[in-house]
Amino acid sequence: MIRKLTLALLLGMGVASAATEPAALKAGVLEPVMAAPQLRLQGSDGQALDLARFRGKVVLLAFGFSNCGEVCPITLATLAGARKKLGAEAANVQVVYVTVDPERDDAAQMRKFLGSFDPTFIGGVGTRAEIDAAQKNFGISSTKTVNADGSYNIGHSSSIYMIDRAGGLRAVMPYGHPVDDFVHDLKILLRK
Amino acid sequence: MSPGKRVWIAVPLLAVLAALGWAGFAPLQASSREELFEIPKGTYARRMAGDKVEILPSQIRLTLGLNDVLMLRNLDDVPQVFGPTIMMPGQSFKLPFEKAASYDFACTAHASGQMTILVEPYPAMPWSKIRWRVREWRESRAR
Repeated sequence: MIRKLTLALLLGMGVASAATEPAALKAGVLEPVMAAPQLRLQGSDGQALDLARFRGKVVLLAFGFSNCGEVCPITLATLAGARKKLGAEAANVQVVYVTVDPERDDAAQMRKFLGSFDPTFIGGVGTRAEIDAAQKNFGISSTKTVNADGSYNIGHSSSIYMIDRAGGLRAVMPYGHPVDDFVHDLKILLRK
Repeated sequence: MSPGKRVWIAVPLLAVLAALGWAGFAPLQASSREELFEIPKGTYARRMAGDKVEILPSQIRLTLGLNDVLMLRNLDDVPQVFGPTIMMPGQSFKLPFEKAASYDFACTAHASGQMTILVEPYPAMPWSKIRWRVREWRESRAR
């Protein structure tokens, strides 16, 4: 009898602690959670792009450009891989990729570029002033380097913002994390 | 050598050996997994006034399994960008590390605009444990 009571007590304590302790994310966590900054752009899907559109979904938001040769393809392939691994749950995950190169990236260009990774990805485009405002709101830096032949490259912040179903900016995944880290964190965020 | 002299040599030698043995083999323990750094109120205003004083170290050293979570708190009145994120006033950012490497981040709280996080592997060997303890002791004295 005492043994059974002790076992029940220990099990109860375990359940209680599991219920109260939040699962740790692989990403960096922002506390307290605040509403994600505003995003007022055009979507590559032809609709106006603001984050309120995706309330109820977890949004993965990142900045880049379609001529990016290194960072963006890796990031987008990773995010596509994470959605694939999530299976049916991926329907509640929206990837938004905002250009830092509005001079070359219009809605059609972003749609083509993002579509080669995952057709559900939505690009954010706009005027230089609109893109600058979006970058400022999210603390995104970008630096243009012009080559001798007049072509240019853009170095840019490469982390991925994780916005929860209620629109709160909850976490930030630095560049370079593998697919499984995203799957791990998305499963936690989708439960909330 | 007289027995008295031998004792005078042997006792300190044994004490040093015992200390080294403890430092090299006893389990390591950090006071917290989180290494906290705060961006104080007025940082932006000071920077705008031309004050180039460094508020945070330009390099932060973390050790996997001991203190491998970077905790930044923005106590300033304006948003601050640290590496991968923007932090609103009053907000903190807790970034865990799982891989030993050197990470370079942009940071608006630095005059240089850059910050390096050096994440080192868990010191498993006795010599690396001793080195870790010595560094911790030095850093705790410097704080």
